Amino acid sequence: MNAMLNLKLPDIRKTVVTLIMLGCGILFLLPFFWMISASLKFENDVFTYPIRWIPDEWNAVNNYRKVWFGDHPFWLYYLNTIKVAVLTTLLSVTVSALAAYGFSKVNFPAGRWLFLIVLATFMVPQQAVLVPQFILYRSLGLFDTHAGLILLNSFSVLGTFMLRQFFLGVSNDYIESAKIDGAGHFRIFTRIALPLVRPAIATYAILRFIWTWNDYQNPLIFLRTDHRFTLQLAMQKFTTINGEYYSLIMAAAVSAILPLLIVFVIGQKHVIEGISFGGVKG
Amino acid sequence: MEAAPMLRKTAPRKARTGRLQRRESLAGWLFVAPMLLGISIFTLFPILIMLILNFADWDFVLGLEKFAWAGLDNFGQLLDDSRFHKTWMNNMIFMFTVPVCMAISLLLAIIINKHVFLKDFFKVAYFMPYISSVVAVAVVWQVLFHPSKGPVNQFLRMIGISDPPRWIADPDWALLSVMMISIWISIGFNMIVYMAGLQAIPKDLYESAEIDGAGGWTKFRKITLPLISPTTFFLLITGIIYTFKSFDLIAVLTKGGPAGSTSLMVWYMYETAFLNLKIGYASAIGTVLFISVLIITLVQWAGQKKWVNY
Repeated sequence: MNAMLNLKLPDIRKTVVTLIMLGCGILFLLPFFWMISASLKFENDVFTYPIRWIPDEWNAVNNYRKVWFGDHPFWLYYLNTIKVAVLTTLLSVTVSALAAYGFSKVNFPAGRWLFLIVLATFMVPQQAVLVPQFILYRSLGLFDTHAGLILLNSFSVLGTFMLRQFFLGVSNDYIESAKIDGAGHFRIFTRIALPLVRPAIATYAILRFIWTWNDYQNPLIFLRTDHRFTLQLAMQKFTTINGEYYSLIMAAAVSAILPLLIVFVIGQKHVIEGISFGGVKG
Repeated sequence: MEAAPMLRKTAPRKARTGRLQRRESLAGWLFVAPMLLGISIFTLFPILIMLILNFADWDFVLGLEKFAWAGLDNFGQLLDDSRFHKTWMNNMIFMFTVPVCMAISLLLAIIINKHVFLKDFFKVAYFMPYISSVVAVAVVWQVLFHPSKGPVNQFLRMIGISDPPRWIADPDWALLSVMMISIWISIGFNMIVYMAGLQAIPKDLYESAEIDGAGGWTKFRKITLPLISPTTFFLLITGIIYTFKSFDLIAVLTKGGPAGSTSLMVWYMYETAFLNLKIGYASAIGTVLFISVLIITLVQWAGQKKWVNY
């Protein structure tokens, strides 16, 4: 009897702590609940207090229709953003994986100091070179194009550094034996090294996609024409135009956040593992 | 006598390894070429231009013929610019979000790591603000913090605070409000990294401490804190660099206002370059930004020996 009680005690404590933490978690996520709730309401009901979390009268269809197919149609910005995010991710993963392999598994004397140069550029905050980048973009004809926006985020030092850490973990024995069989580096890269670091590639790809999707600063500076806007830029514009229509703004905010949440929940394991890896290994 | 055959052998081998090494080098250059090309065009070259622009007085809308050298005037002007001083101070204050956020995250990480059910659920829940777009999140908080109608102040009035702060509309409260939102956004990331660090601590250390009769607080101070210090160091250094890069939140939430109370260096630089079109001056701000980040990072790097255990 006594022994049973002793066994159960930690479980009871754990349950209590879980409940308390659940409370904190709900409090923490309250802004999201409020956002979703407001996006379903009529404008007049948005600020009624005490808050009606589940609206008495629903205006969801109308709100979301105005966001998606109104004067600033979100479907267009979605297409733009998907295009930019997907292409940036593909290009960036390719460039970073190639460079990471070159810096870790190819034995060439220049590699070491080239890597140092690449790492050093990481110290310069991107904002510090925004002005020269802007001038450069104007003269290269990359200003106000999606191609320019894609190129801007495609040469990632962080991605190269991260993937290099993983390539370093690939045993040299594999590579040496492939070389003896007569395989060149490109073959070793595609057939042996890449499959071995696939989880790391997935992590970086998801992170790059999220970062590009959420990027506000670069589109703000390097895009000008309305129909080329990405979602974040459109979101800001939408807010300025619909200043007092908070139900619409919240519907737009939900639309801006939701797809990423889905990507995140699907790739959750990869994202969290990737971040943990980076953080612990420094 | 013994060395002679060996010598004869190395000569052709040397030629072969030379050829192999050349092929290896070529492969290496080819692999890193796209990255190098990109970095050179989009980062290294702009850094060079920035260094030149530091000493220029130029409105780039007017074209190259209006370009003029300013010597060190831009930096001299920075020293007298009271708005810049305020901005720089704001950056220094804003840095305090990092340790506060880390402390909360460590607490959450410890609790979630060992003392709750549904661990994965909590991970995802606290991570949500971090992956949500800053623009959307900022817009939501703008409404929540609305001085008269916002739910936050409605709640405060209900519990009897008749004159709640005006949050982002009040120069005295705005920076604090932005800092709170910034902490809210970053908790998830810090927590996940801390959880990974905690899991790397060997369990038997705690067990033997328990045998010696150590309580929870002692275990935390003598085992957890020292062993997690590399993680703490990583979060501190990246977190502080990140505060210097914070742009989106300010740009959407306050645009540096009211009365410059939330203007950070990055925002001031953006304003100077893209709204006031003073390119040389903006470059000088960018340089100070870079030097500030560099010095703070180096100081932390030098200081790590005192408290980080590897």
